[in-house]
Amino acid sequence: MARTFDIIVVGGGHAGCEAAAAAARMGASTALVTFSRETVGAMSCNPAIGGLGKGHLVREVDAFDGLIARAADHAAIHYRMLNLSKGAAVQGPRVQADRRRYKAAIHALLDAQANLEIVEGEAAALVFAEGNAHRVAGLELATGERLHAAAVVLATGTFLKGRMFCGPDITTGGRVGEAAAQRLGDQLRALELPMARLKTGTPPRLDGRTIDWGALEEQPSDDLGWTMSPLGPGRVAPQLFCGITRTNARTHEIIRGALDRSPLYTGAIDALGPRYCPSIEDKVVRFGDRDGHQVFLEPEGLDDHLVYPNGISTSLPEDAQIALVRSMKGLERAEIAQRGYAVEYDHIDPRALDSTLSIRGVEGLYCAGQINGTTGYEEAAAQGLVAGINAAAFACGSAPMILGRASSYIGVMIDDLVLQGITEPYRMLTARAEYRLRLRADNGATRLTPVALAMGCVGDERRAWFEAREQTRAEVSGKLATLVTAATLAASDISVALDGGRRSLFDWMRFPGIGRAEIARVSDAFNDVADDLADEIAEDARYAPYLARQEAEVRELRANESVRIDPSLDYRAIAGLSNEMKERLEAARPETLAAASRIRGITPAALSAILVQTRRRAA
Amino acid sequence: MTDTIYALSSGQSPAAVAIIRISGPAAASTLKALAGRVPKSRRATLQRLTDPASGDVLDHALTLWFDGPATATGEDLAELHLHGGRAVVARVLRTLAALPGLKPAEPGAFTRRAFENGRIDLAEAEGLADLLFAETELQRLSAIAMAEGGLSTQVVMWQDKLLGLSARTEALLDFSDEDDVDEDAGAATALSAEIAAMAAEVRAFLARPSGERLRDGIRVALAGPPNVGKSTLLNALAGREAAIVSPRAGTTRDVIEVPLALAGRPYVFVDTAGLHAGSGDEIEAIGMERARRVIAKSDIILWLDEQSASPAPERTITVHARADVAGREVAPSSADLAVSAATGEGMDRLVGMLTARADALLPRPGELALNTRQRDLLADCVESLVGDADLLITAENLRRARGALDRLTGRAGTEDMLDALFGRFCIGK
Repeated sequence: MARTFDIIVVGGGHAGCEAAAAAARMGASTALVTFSRETVGAMSCNPAIGGLGKGHLVREVDAFDGLIARAADHAAIHYRMLNLSKGAAVQGPRVQADRRRYKAAIHALLDAQANLEIVEGEAAALVFAEGNAHRVAGLELATGERLHAAAVVLATGTFLKGRMFCGPDITTGGRVGEAAAQRLGDQLRALELPMARLKTGTPPRLDGRTIDWGALEEQPSDDLGWTMSPLGPGRVAPQLFCGITRTNARTHEIIRGALDRSPLYTGAIDALGPRYCPSIEDKVVRFGDRDGHQVFLEPEGLDDHLVYPNGISTSLPEDAQIALVRSMKGLERAEIAQRGYAVEYDHIDPRALDSTLSIRGVEGLYCAGQINGTTGYEEAAAQGLVAGINAAAFACGSAPMILGRASSYIGVMIDDLVLQGITEPYRMLTARAEYRLRLRADNGATRLTPVALAMGCVGDERRAWFEAREQTRAEVSGKLATLVTAATLAASDISVALDGGRRSLFDWMRFPGIGRAEIARVSDAFNDVADDLADEIAEDARYAPYLARQEAEVRELRANESVRIDPSLDYRAIAGLSNEMKERLEAARPETLAAASRIRGITPAALSAILVQTRRRAA
Repeated sequence: MTDTIYALSSGQSPAAVAIIRISGPAAASTLKALAGRVPKSRRATLQRLTDPASGDVLDHALTLWFDGPATATGEDLAELHLHGGRAVVARVLRTLAALPGLKPAEPGAFTRRAFENGRIDLAEAEGLADLLFAETELQRLSAIAMAEGGLSTQVVMWQDKLLGLSARTEALLDFSDEDDVDEDAGAATALSAEIAAMAAEVRAFLARPSGERLRDGIRVALAGPPNVGKSTLLNALAGREAAIVSPRAGTTRDVIEVPLALAGRPYVFVDTAGLHAGSGDEIEAIGMERARRVIAKSDIILWLDEQSASPAPERTITVHARADVAGREVAPSSADLAVSAATGEGMDRLVGMLTARADALLPRPGELALNTRQRDLLADCVESLVGDADLLITAENLRRARGALDRLTGRAGTEDMLDALFGRFCIGK
C-alpha cells in the first residue's frame, strides 16, 4: 500500500535537511528521501561553515529554528570571525566543522524532530495528479514504490546528470562513490524545464600525518566566545588550528606543464565555473602575474587525519596533483588521500521559479540548493528552509512566505536567482545586499524570528528565548533614551565636542569613540545584557542615520512593489523591447514592476513600456 | 488595445504645407481608407485622399508610410503632407475623427509613445521637449545635445566610474582576508581621493550655467522711477533687434514681462513701470516691495534711476536714458553708458553689454544644460560622493550616488515626473 505524506523532500544534503525539518516544524508530515541514511548531513566539500555573506545566511536560517547553526556549533573545531576589524555588517562568522560531529548533530536533530521520517531509496520519478501533468502528487522510488504527497521539494544537489573529471578519467556520479539520479534528471528534462550545466571542483584531500606542521604558519581559533547559534551547545569541541602555506613559481610551472591534460582546458568541460572560487588551473592562467596564492590547510576532524587544502581545487590528473602539492612549503612529503576532481552537473534555470521557490506552472513542486545553480552549504540550507516552509504552507493551504531584499540575505538570494538567473554557481556576498547596513549577521533573529513565529516554524525553546531577548531590548532602549549633555560625558572622560547640546545616549553612540564601554561609565543600560544583544544595539546606534535613510528607501521600494504585472503578459508583443530584454523578461516573469526594474539590462524606457501594457490590460 | 492617435503636427494654418501624423495599429487601415492603398515604406508618394464616407476628394497629398516598430513613435506611423489651407486641414481632421479606432492626440502623446516604446530614454525625451520649445539658436543647439543623448552618455560614463569605485570598495570589504586583495591604509586613502576627484568632476558639471535660463530667458529688470524712459527703451530694444517673440501678460497688472531675443540670446524683460506711481505712502510701500522682488529675481538690472544706487550693483548696468533730451547730454559719472531711444545713440553698445553678461549666464553653444530635476539629482550624487574611514559607509555612500544617477536616467520613481514632462508637449509633436 502506498504511503502518504504532506511533503516529500528528495535529498539529504543541507537543503534537503533544512527543508524537511522546517516542514515538519510547521506540523506537516514529512518524508526525507535519500539514497542512504548514512549520507544525510554529509559535508561533501570543504569543512567550513559560514564566512562572509554565508555567515549571515547561517544566522538567518537559525532565526527560523533551522539546523545548520546548531549543528555547526556542535561540530566546530575552529572559530574565526572574518573581517573583525570592519563594521558588523560585513563581519562573517565562520567555523571549521568536524565532519563526523556535524553529521551526528544533524542526525540527532532530525531524529528528535516530530512528523519527520527518513525514507531510504532512489527517487526515480515524480508522480503527477491524475489527468493533470501540472500538479505534483508524489514520488516514485526506483523499487516502484509510490509515496503520495501534496508537495515535493527537490534538493538533489549535483546528483542530476553529474559527471566527474580527474584528468582524462571521467565517471558518472555526484560525490565520490555515489550514483547520480539519472532517471529523475531525464524526467525533469522531459518536463521541458529550462536546464543548464555548471561545474564545480574540489581539491585533493591530504593525509595530515604527512604534513610538516612545524614549518607552517598557524592560524588559531579565535577566543572571542561567539557561537553560530545562541541556542546551540556553545563551544563544545576541542579547538584546532589551521595551517597556511602558499603556491610558488614551481607550483605554477607544474600546473602550466599539465594544462594540456586538464579537462578544463582540453574542452572536456565546457560548463561555467565560479569566478570567485576558481580552480588552481584558472588562477594560474588568469592571474599569471601572481607569484603565489594562499592555501589554508583545514583539518577535517578531531579523529580524522584528512586535511582540506582550501585554494587548490583542481581537475588535473593525479600525478600532477601530487607534484603540485609537494612543491609547497610544509607539504614536501604530503600524501594525497583522495584526489581532487571537477564535477559537471545539471541545474534548473532558477528563473523558472517564483519567489516561494516553487516551479511556475507545476503546482506543488519546489526546488532548493545546488539544483537551482547555487554553491555552498549555507546557500543550500537557506533555500531548503524557504522551500520547506512554503511547501508546508502550500500543503495546508496557508499563505506563502516571501522574504524581500530588504528583510534578509535569504530574500536577496532568492530575488537574484528568480529574476537574474545565473551564469556561474551563485554564492552569497555581502555586496549583493543593497540594505547591507540593516542586514547584519548579528541581528538575524531580530529581523526574522518574528516572521518565523508567524509562519509557525519555531520551537518553544526559541520562542521563549526570543521573547526574553525582546524584553531586555526594550529595557535597554528605555535606558538609552536618557538625555545627556556633552559636559556629562566629558566628566566621565569621554571625548566629545562640547557643543552644549543634549542627546539621548543612543544618539551619542553614533559618534566615533563612544561605544558600550564608554556608555557603561555613565549608564547601567548594558549591565547584565548578553554580549550579542548589547553589540547589536550598539551597532544599530552607530549606523542610525544611515539605517534611517535606508528605512525611507525601503518604504519607497514597497510602494513600487505594489504595481503587479500580469503573470501571463506577452513580452514578445511589446514593441520597443530588445530581443535580449524580451528573453530575460520571459524567463524571469517578474511579479511586480519593481522586480522588473531590477533585472539586468532593463532600461527605464522598457519599464515604462511594461507599465503601459500592464495598465492597458488592467483598464 | 492601443488607440491610434492623430494630430496636426506642423504649425498653425494657413501655411504652404500642413502635416498630419497618424500613429498606432490602425494607421495602415486609415491610410488605406483615405488613399486607397498603403504606399511602400519610407517612400514619399503622391496620392489622392478621399473621405471614405462620402467619397469626396479631400486633397492631393504627399503621403509617407513608416512600418513599425522602427519609427519615431515605435508604432506604425503615417504622415499626410497636405496643402496647408485651413479648410483642407479642418476637413481631413474631421474625416479622421469619424474613422473607427482613432482619437486625437493628447499633448505630448507622440513623444510619450516614443518613450514608452523604448525609442528614446528620459533624458532624450526631456531634450526633445526643450527642442520643440526652442526659439533661439542657442536653445536649439543645447536641446539637440540633450536629445541626442549627450547627458545620458555623460551619466553612463559616471555610472561606469562609480561601479569601478564600488567594486574596489567591495573587494576591500569582502575579500581582504584573501591575500590577492591588497589591504593597507593606502588602498582606502587612494579610494577616498578618487571619490573626491569624481565629486569635483560632477560639481564642475553642476557649476555650468543652468538650462532654465536658456529655456525661459535671462531675466532683465528695468528699474527706475516713472517717466525716466523705461518703456521707451524697451520698445526701442524690441523694435530694432528682433521682434517680441511671444508676448504674454504680466503675472500681475503692475508687472509687464516681455520675452525678447537680442543677438540670438533669450531674455525676459520685466518692466517695473507703475511701481512708483502711487502717491499714498501705503501704495508706495507695496510698489517698492514689488520692485525689490523683481530685482531680486533678475539676472541683470537695467538701472535708470540716477537719484539712488542699485541694490545689487554686481548685476546692474546703470543707464543714462534720454540722452537726446536737452539738459541730459552729459551722462553722470555713475552711468555705465548713455542711450537715446529716439536717436539710437548707445543702443548697439547696450545690446553688446547685455550680450556679454548673458553669455556668462548661458550654456555655451551645444553644451549640455541641465534642468532643475537633473541638477537636484546630480547634487544628490555629489553629496553622496564622500569616502569614509569606515569602508562600510564609503560603500553605502557610493550606492546612494549610483541611485541618484539611476534616477537621473529615469530608472526609479518616474511616474509623476513623466506626467509633468509630457504635459509640457504641444499637441502632435
